[in-house]
Amino acid sequence: MTDARRPILFTLGVFAVLALLPAVFALTGWTSGMGLATRIVIYAIAVVALDLIIGYGAMVSFGHAMFFGVGGYVVAIVAHHTGLGELPFGGTNAAFIVWPLAILACAALGLVVGWLALKTTGVQFIMITLAFAQMVFFLLISVQVYGGDDGMMIDRRNTLPFVDIGRPLIFYYLCLLLLAVWLGFCRMFVNSRFGLVLQALRQSERRAVNLGIAPLSFRLATFVTSAMGTGLAGVLWANYARFVSPDMAAWTKSGEFMAMVVLGGLGTLTGPIVGAAAFVGLEELLSMWTEHWMIVMGPLLVIVALFRRRGLVGSLLGGDRAH
Amino acid sequence: MKTIAHLTILAGGLAASTALLVAPAAAQEVRIGFITTLTTPAGYLGEDARDAFKLALGPDGKLGKTKVVLEIEDDGLKPANAKQQADRLVQNGVKLYTGVIFSNVLAAVLPGVLEAGGIYVSNNAGPSTFAGEKCHPNYFVTSYQNDAFHEAAGLAANRVGYKKLVLMAPNYQAGRDALEGFKRAFKGEVVAEVYTKLDQTDFSVEIARVRSLAPDAVYQFHPGGVGINFAKQYANSGLSKTVPMLVPSFSMDARMVTATGGAAEGVYASALWTPESDDPASKAFVAAFKAAYGRTPTIYAQQAWDTAQLIASALDAVDGDLSKGDAFRAALRAAKFQSLRGSFAFGSNQHPIQDYHLTRFEKNASGEIVQKYVEKVAEKRGDAYADKCTMK
Amino acid sequence: MIFFLEQLLNGLQYGAMLFMLASGLTLIFGIMGVINLTHGSFYMVGAYGAAVVTAATGSVVLGAVAALAGAALYGTAVEIAVVRRLYGRDHLYQVLATFGLILFSNEAMALLAGRQPRFLEIPPLLSGSVHLLPGLDYPVIRLAFIAVGAAVAIGLWLLVNHTRLGMLIRAGADDREMVDALGVDIRRLYTIVFALGAVLCGIAGVMAAPLLAVEIGMGERILIAGFVVIVVGGVGSVRGALAGALLIGLVDGLGRAYLPQIIQSLLPPSIADTLAAGLVSASIYVIMALVLLVRPLGLFPVRS
Repeated sequence: MTDARRPILFTLGVFAVLALLPAVFALTGWTSGMGLATRIVIYAIAVVALDLIIGYGAMVSFGHAMFFGVGGYVVAIVAHHTGLGELPFGGTNAAFIVWPLAILACAALGLVVGWLALKTTGVQFIMITLAFAQMVFFLLISVQVYGGDDGMMIDRRNTLPFVDIGRPLIFYYLCLLLLAVWLGFCRMFVNSRFGLVLQALRQSERRAVNLGIAPLSFRLATFVTSAMGTGLAGVLWANYARFVSPDMAAWTKSGEFMAMVVLGGLGTLTGPIVGAAAFVGLEELLSMWTEHWMIVMGPLLVIVALFRRRGLVGSLLGGDRAH
Repeated sequence: MKTIAHLTILAGGLAASTALLVAPAAAQEVRIGFITTLTTPAGYLGEDARDAFKLALGPDGKLGKTKVVLEIEDDGLKPANAKQQADRLVQNGVKLYTGVIFSNVLAAVLPGVLEAGGIYVSNNAGPSTFAGEKCHPNYFVTSYQNDAFHEAAGLAANRVGYKKLVLMAPNYQAGRDALEGFKRAFKGEVVAEVYTKLDQTDFSVEIARVRSLAPDAVYQFHPGGVGINFAKQYANSGLSKTVPMLVPSFSMDARMVTATGGAAEGVYASALWTPESDDPASKAFVAAFKAAYGRTPTIYAQQAWDTAQLIASALDAVDGDLSKGDAFRAALRAAKFQSLRGSFAFGSNQHPIQDYHLTRFEKNASGEIVQKYVEKVAEKRGDAYADKCTMK
Repeated sequence: MIFFLEQLLNGLQYGAMLFMLASGLTLIFGIMGVINLTHGSFYMVGAYGAAVVTAATGSVVLGAVAALAGAALYGTAVEIAVVRRLYGRDHLYQVLATFGLILFSNEAMALLAGRQPRFLEIPPLLSGSVHLLPGLDYPVIRLAFIAVGAAVAIGLWLLVNHTRLGMLIRAGADDREMVDALGVDIRRLYTIVFALGAVLCGIAGVMAAPLLAVEIGMGERILIAGFVVIVVGGVGSVRGALAGALLIGLVDGLGRAYLPQIIQSLLPPSIADTLAAGLVSASIYVIMALVLLVRPLGLFPVRS
């Protein structure tokens, strides 16, 4: 098997496993398995988005949970006002309207945050993304009408024509489909001329600038794209849990996302999916075994950070070597 | 509205049938989902509720004649956690729920449980949101309706003779209910309403504010660890000498009395029950709880005990068969159990009608600070939302 | 006026607490170049040490000693086992490893001390309040907090400017190779600085234990504010950490005092107080972002 084909086959394998999971749960009668699988796929969308900027653009965002939170809150807020009949035309519950709206909101936020944050580099970039995420977190907490600390309930999932995403199985496959589309898009993105410029910038900004490339616009476009992907994950999470809370935008959530990216394999796009599965799956499995599951998870992250820089499957996928 | 009712019935039916499919072989075993707060500084509230409920189960694990399995979950005082736990329990076919301490957590748990046709019996939280128009035949509150407890405190403030008060509560459903309820009954002037946060640890700003306003007293509702911190810092600020505290029992429960040193002495509190009650059943409960766990039960323990007794009476009425939904609900509504508080009945919204008292923290003969009854401030009092409940 | 003065003191007290956390954080960040998210855990270890040992022995002094020793030991262990391997590594891996350490620390503490928070009585010497001005009684423990903060600041200033260790610390912040060239064991220096940072956190933990709840995860409540302080003050600068801590402490204290009242004149109390609390919390991150954009090296940059 040639090296170039291995990542493709591995990715297909990952999706095959994910697609078969519901059948496995049905056969084994593990009722909470579907929820677990859905959470994995939703987080996977967010961390693929994060890998896009960290792994390919060397923009280490420590605030990506803000987009996850905002995506979710737009869904909840539209549902809230629709429920009260306060919106023109009676509001809407249609996914075709609400979801793009939420993703656009994340794009707008990403544009502002990215434009400001990209004036800094390195550790300052980490800190300023953290600062913006904290602002969003506390703004979400501060609005009493939208639940403050407590968060908001969502009465029912958004609706799509022809399919009932209120049903767990259908919702799961919808999420999986979106993950596949999103991963495909990101793959095309990094392999396009655009993506190659981005990676050139990461390796040597000076050389790229000498070639007449404006770094800010390339990086900003990537940052906004990533924000939209993470926002989509937030939208799906709000629909899955039918509940949003400021914790969705907490810095610990940003930390978890980073952990999933590195755990799977930085700069591989597929690796983070495995990272999300490992993180969420381990949490579930370990917490069945002991309530002190973090005593295992914590050291595991430390070990990956210290000794397996390319994550669980990074070397398999020929991922990022620059870090 | 009709379609929703149909859907609810349908969903209930579906949930019931799946419950039958996955139900364990032992037919008369009832599983109770017990989602409560066991960690965070408010963790001891859930611990007391859980321990009292277990005490009610006894060594053979039975409520009345029915064997009961408790599915205990710690919500960590996070509505989002509780929602996930409730969803999981519903998926696993649990039909009967209790345990939640905090109103904001209940708001996340309740809709999913009721939608799936489950029954929820609240041992503590009684938020206004579910007491009026959103009342539900499957939702019972054995403790109190939030506002009502604090209305009683307002009446108590009138009796004590306070004219100018600062009101303070954490900004969550029960905190807002508390101040609304208090204002409904209090005849004097409210100088300021100050909202804190449920996870706040430092109250220096709020204490400075009270000092600058110089009211007759401060009415503060802070349950659990947050209340321990408040009482401790308040006593330590020197302000308690000039501006006394008036509290609902939640802000000075048995645990807090010990944790705050002498801060409790002389404080007036509104109450439904105190460990000092002369009621024989109550005396037996306090003794049993102390023997089992080596500490004085808080009101959270007493309320969980009462809830267990109510559930036991209803389980006996249907021989532990929860599929007899109507009979089980009717038995709950009849409230044929002995409450440690004395008189107890359900109003039309399935929230309690009961007596409220003014109490005071005083030293007893052996020098311990205990919560003594002063007088009854309200008799057979319901709540302000029952009229809005259209349930018959 | 009395209200303003009391809030000023409250702001100072919060600033003192922030300084004890941030001074260590800024040294570690400035000298070793490590983003150490575990820093809040040392504060928790200190608070638990004080609470558990004081409760067991009845002696506040023993409690304080145990707390500082515990924080120092844990800090040293963390440095040797993990952080040492992160020097010069990409910040991403530092964040990941120290994030993992937070999970570990919290859970290990839960195993050792249980999940129930500890409440420590204020020791008799520090309980009660003193009469500062007519109409203003102020709690002794908060004054003590400010005093300890000031003592730590002076002590650190002496240490950094008038000792050999301090000279090495300053040199290390400026130029790692030079210290190496001087024949100093840089690894030992790093371990000492790291442990020093942990001890400073431990002091904050001891002071906070009787005033606030001692609970799992208490470090994370204040950790990020610590990062705000060091970014605002300038990474690596103890002077900057002091200025940053005072600034953030006062903004927080005065904001919490006046903003709710201003907003309450426009909106009902329950909405206004939540909004005000959130905006005050968010405001320190606005300051942080502004500093990063306008003066990326902070108000007191080390290499100016």
